[in-house]
Amino acid sequence: MTEVNQSPTIEEIKRELKKQYSADDYEPCNEACMVVPPENIIHVCKTLRDKFHFELLAEETAVDYWPEEKPRFHLIYRLRSIKHNLIFGLRVALNGNAPIMPSLVDVYKNANWFEREIWDMFGIKFEGHPDLRRVIMPYDWEGHPLRKDYPLGYEEVQYTFNFDEIDVRKPYAEE
Amino acid sequence: MNNDNNLVGTSFTITPVSLDEIKHLVSNRAIEGDTVLLNMGPQHPSTHGVLRLLLELDGETVINCISDVGFLHTGIEKNMEAKTYVKAEVMSDRIDYLNNVGNNLVYCLAIEKLTGLDVPPRAQAIRVILTELQRIASHLVWLGTHALDLAAMSVFLYCFREREKILDIMELVSGQRMMTTYLRPGGLWRDIPVEFEDAVRDILKTFPAKIDEYEALLTKNPLFVDRTVGIGVLKPEVALDYGLTGPGLRAAGIAHDLRKSQPYSGYELYDFDIPTHTDSDTYARYVVRMEEMRQSLRIIQQALDKLPMGPIRSNNRKYVPPPRSEIGTSMEALIHHFKLWTEGFSPPKGSVYVAVESPRGELGLYLESDGSPKPYRVHWRTPSFTNMQILPVIAKGHLVADLVALIGTVDIVLGDVDR
Repeated sequence: MTEVNQSPTIEEIKRELKKQYSADDYEPCNEACMVVPPENIIHVCKTLRDKFHFELLAEETAVDYWPEEKPRFHLIYRLRSIKHNLIFGLRVALNGNAPIMPSLVDVYKNANWFEREIWDMFGIKFEGHPDLRRVIMPYDWEGHPLRKDYPLGYEEVQYTFNFDEIDVRKPYAEE
Repeated sequence: MNNDNNLVGTSFTITPVSLDEIKHLVSNRAIEGDTVLLNMGPQHPSTHGVLRLLLELDGETVINCISDVGFLHTGIEKNMEAKTYVKAEVMSDRIDYLNNVGNNLVYCLAIEKLTGLDVPPRAQAIRVILTELQRIASHLVWLGTHALDLAAMSVFLYCFREREKILDIMELVSGQRMMTTYLRPGGLWRDIPVEFEDAVRDILKTFPAKIDEYEALLTKNPLFVDRTVGIGVLKPEVALDYGLTGPGLRAAGIAHDLRKSQPYSGYELYDFDIPTHTDSDTYARYVVRMEEMRQSLRIIQQALDKLPMGPIRSNNRKYVPPPRSEIGTSMEALIHHFKLWTEGFSPPKGSVYVAVESPRGELGLYLESDGSPKPYRVHWRTPSFTNMQILPVIAKGHLVADLVALIGTVDIVLGDVDR
């Protein structure tokens, strides 16, 4: 892999990712950002790190689009290049309630806790993660608090479409 | 301690985690009972909050250090999703309780980027002055507690004496010492009072001598030097791999500062240096932070000298409430006031990531809006959370007594880690 030494432009990076890893532009975002297929994320990050000098993983987080199912989650990666003074976002769309992603720990070490936090808060599993335990919530906590179907501690509002579903898990007083 | 059950019973008193769950984190010697597992914290004076460290020790040498965080988790990200943008800002103060203005700043910058609000130059300059004052205050707490951990008690008292002056200024402008919420989307809550300039000039005049005083107490103090030089050495490539930012990265020789590389809030107008060091040990990080305080003073001096007159809030009434004086005479102002304080404003759909340089490193905010008056997703990329991961790396092979110096040098705020 040849290194790019003069500052690459965002356009060049986008072209490369489009050609090599079938990445796609992501419009509803105010920064340089692309949607990457889940299986390509490791290769994309390696390319960005080794070829374009994105040395830092600035952020890794997730968004829940419940009740939408396809995709239900978006994983967000943000890489920073100190050398070229650039920042680049990657998004991965994940379907289903319990998705599994390849872990980024082998590429960026600090993905470790970010991924533990995402597992803790969203219930997205990371394959190949060395230490996938809860990081912020207590170890015996049930559920993943930042999911949109996780109530905020108040009583859940029952509508006609989800009345029975909520009724089943509602804590009623014993007779 | 020969069998597993015995080991678990004696070592873990806080959370009954079984050894099986953390088997992959300790060495084989711990499982054979050759090394000791020791619990440090969460209630330990040197952990600066509630941080629990599980140490695997061979005699006094740290073989492995497993950090356990989350004791201060308050669900701020989840709570913010349930509140309007203005109400949610109050919670941003509580994240990093030593850098409240910085948290407000990144929150306001994110909303301004999302909505395209312009901030008047006067408000930008005041934001810079307050953020830099806060940076000094935060470094003072770091210096005081770091020195206290290394048994230099008097430094702590002097640092908190000076910090109090800075907090007095925060109280002067906002009415609150710490949780100011003074910065608002589109500008400031209100203009600074007339006493502000004299109070800041007083700090500018007296504080350089105070930094010299701290340096006289520590920089060449053999007890301090012995316990910091060569402790927690970190290679720059390891620091980058672990995503370290802030003074820790600069002490490793990498001059990365978001105030220079991606200026925000008018930092490009001021002349200042990025202090760096090449030794990358605890002492180097001390030197870098001391110099950062001096650079902050330089920025404050320039910002105060050039402080422009003019409005302190944007005029966009769809996002920024009208002044009180207008409400009595203008029907439109009354409607805007009512709408903004009940329903709140609705930024357009979209998502932004904004990062500022906090005293601890890159403080980022990911904000996603779905077009409603409440944020759809808020993620705080806090520097302490990322920097915490470096602690087990630098702790390996050092003595237990050095661990207090290492926790101090990473400069974590547990509210910032757990959110």
